[in-house]
Amino acid sequence: MQVQSMFFKRRASEKLADGLLQANMRKAKGKFVDARAKAVLEFGNWEPLRDYAAKLRDAALADLDAYLVEFERNATRRGSVVHWAETAEEACAIIVKIAQDNGVRKVTKSKSMVSEEVNLNERLEAAGVQVVETDLGEYILQLAHEPPSHIVAPAIHKSKEQVADLFTEAHGKPRITQIDALTREAREQLREHFLSADMGISGSNFLVAETGTTLTVTNEGNADLVTTIPRIHCVIAGIEKVIPTLEDFACLVRLLPRSAIGQSITNYLTLTTGVKGPGDADGPEQMHIVLVDAGRTKFVGTDLQEMLRCIRCGACMNHCPVYQNIGGHAYGWVYPGPMGSVLTPVYVGIENAGDLPNAATFCGECAVACPVKIPLPDLMRKLRERQFDGHLRPWSERVGLHAWGWLAMRPGLYAFATGWAARIGSWLGGRDGLIHSLPGLDGWTKGRDMPAPSGRTFRDLYRERQGKR
Amino acid sequence: MKVGLFVTCLVDVARPGIGFAALKLLESAGCEVVVPATQTCCGQPGYNSGAREISRTLARKVLAEFKDCDYVVAPSGSCSGQVKASYAQDLFKDDPDRAEFEKLAAKWYELSDFLVNVLQVQSVPGRFEGTVTYHDSCSGLRELGVKMQPRFLLSMAGASVAEMAEAEKCCGFGGTFSIKLGEISTRMCENKCASARATGAKAIVGGDLGCLLNIEGRLRREGDHETKVLHFAQVIAGDG
Ligand code: SF4
Repeated sequence: MQVQSMFFKRRASEKLADGLLQANMRKAKGKFVDARAKAVLEFGNWEPLRDYAAKLRDAALADLDAYLVEFERNATRRGSVVHWAETAEEACAIIVKIAQDNGVRKVTKSKSMVSEEVNLNERLEAAGVQVVETDLGEYILQLAHEPPSHIVAPAIHKSKEQVADLFTEAHGKPRITQIDALTREAREQLREHFLSADMGISGSNFLVAETGTTLTVTNEGNADLVTTIPRIHCVIAGIEKVIPTLEDFACLVRLLPRSAIGQSITNYLTLTTGVKGPGDADGPEQMHIVLVDAGRTKFVGTDLQEMLRCIRCGACMNHCPVYQNIGGHAYGWVYPGPMGSVLTPVYVGIENAGDLPNAATFCGECAVACPVKIPLPDLMRKLRERQFDGHLRPWSERVGLHAWGWLAMRPGLYAFATGWAARIGSWLGGRDGLIHSLPGLDGWTKGRDMPAPSGRTFRDLYRERQGKR
Repeated sequence: MKVGLFVTCLVDVARPGIGFAALKLLESAGCEVVVPATQTCCGQPGYNSGAREISRTLARKVLAEFKDCDYVVAPSGSCSGQVKASYAQDLFKDDPDRAEFEKLAAKWYELSDFLVNVLQVQSVPGRFEGTVTYHDSCSGLRELGVKMQPRFLLSMAGASVAEMAEAEKCCGFGGTFSIKLGEISTRMCENKCASARATGAKAIVGGDLGCLLNIEGRLRREGDHETKVLHFAQVIAGDG
């Protein structure tokens, strides 16, 4: 996906003005947030589980290199071929080559955000391979030629009416709008592709080092068909996905679906370990696992490393008041919301995504919701520090902060300046005590009045009062 | 008991009345209140804008000013969150003075929390007839656990609190966010105002002036000049 994050502000304002999107987002919001809250309540012992999961992820990341090698060893033992891709480009090249070497003409895909990250579909199509997305949301977006706007529910920004229009056009059938009927229609369309694909590509939620297993969590069961029917199965996954043991998965899978959509467990857990063995009824003849770095190692050993704990549940964006109002596309790349505001600047360069770490009020809802306790606001603040130190914010902001810091350290001068500010502000407020517009503050005054100061500072009034006593 | 009042930079400049309300509440509960004249700001605007060093310098100043108090109280969850959750835990995490900042954090309270949990007040000077709705400010709520304290105090003053939908949702203020990303901020505030207004309360009450100015500014722009927007200190001190 092309990076558009540098246009965040403009895109956000388009989204704010898009009535249909706003309505769709409003509908989605309650669903996610309420469902999670209920699931967490029912579970009961949530906080200790989060603590444990955070530790578990940290332990895996602390020895990432060792676990990856262990994963490679065990996966290879089971007949998989493990490939290492340092860049997005390399990841695509590896997969295109696998396809070409094996005469692959059609690929079925289950949901994979890494593949969006590296632009895999485009690359495969350029090499003459037909790619069919089989996750319902991704399928819808493939028809709409749009990128996902959410990491768990990629087409959350679409209404069922919009989906109906897309289906009518693509399938040439009468228009229907009931969700189950739409799902059935997509299923019918996909069935034929499942059976005729030469290669299946899936993402992976976790890579289990001790067994060489790749794990995928889905609700539609499409991953099962993608991973077992075609003669070649290719997994594409970020290197941070590795966990030491299946036991660890048992903990994480309690957190993931509950945090994502308030489900105690997903309909399908797809575990794939190696190729079809002698006597197996089905399974691929070849299994390839492409482990992708593409910026992940830039987190390792830094003060942002905690970000790699992420298990891609989407809770942070579901709870984010900024995301709730602008949707995922405004963020301009694969990963929206708070997690994206940390990932994107590091993956694509902070100079290309400078607004993202600033697109937060630090309300803290994301940090409370995150199942692996990633301190997202703290990480965004660290990115802001990098921007400030690297002179990457507008000079006016920089000068303003220095001036404010300088003044606040000089109480006499500060009292003088704020005394005047209070007086002038009050005068500007006029009779109704409201400042309707103020140059430099138009970000505020465009949509709100600025209640004017009352005229004297506390400090002045207090000194007067003490004098009288 | 010597209690330092941290007025907050915003209250100082924009709404001194909130500072006096806090003063009145503390004094009427029998505290000896000191207000260091040199105080300015806790440093949060710099901290959240990435200017770490500037905010560290200011944090040292705050420490020096309030070191000798038994308690420090601020009519703001946001500034209190900065002192309690960021000074020692982040800004001075690896600093020889960390322990000093931990001590400061331990004796620092947000106003409603102090009145309810330390002073355990049984009555308040103010009376308020009618219904209010309470907006939970983010830092106070999520960093300090301020939730029931202000509601409890408001009911002591006779106000009935009607809960709005999503009372815990951010109002969109976020310090410089409200200017840097004004459009998003405005939309968030619009939502907040709608939830608040749906309760029919005659006042929207909160514990952080930043949020209150944001909400008031939006209400007035929408043409609502009736609904009052008040700090809980004003209500319970009888200065509303
Ligand atoms: S950052 Fe946390 S809440 Fe957000 S997607 Fe990752 S694991 Fe989920």
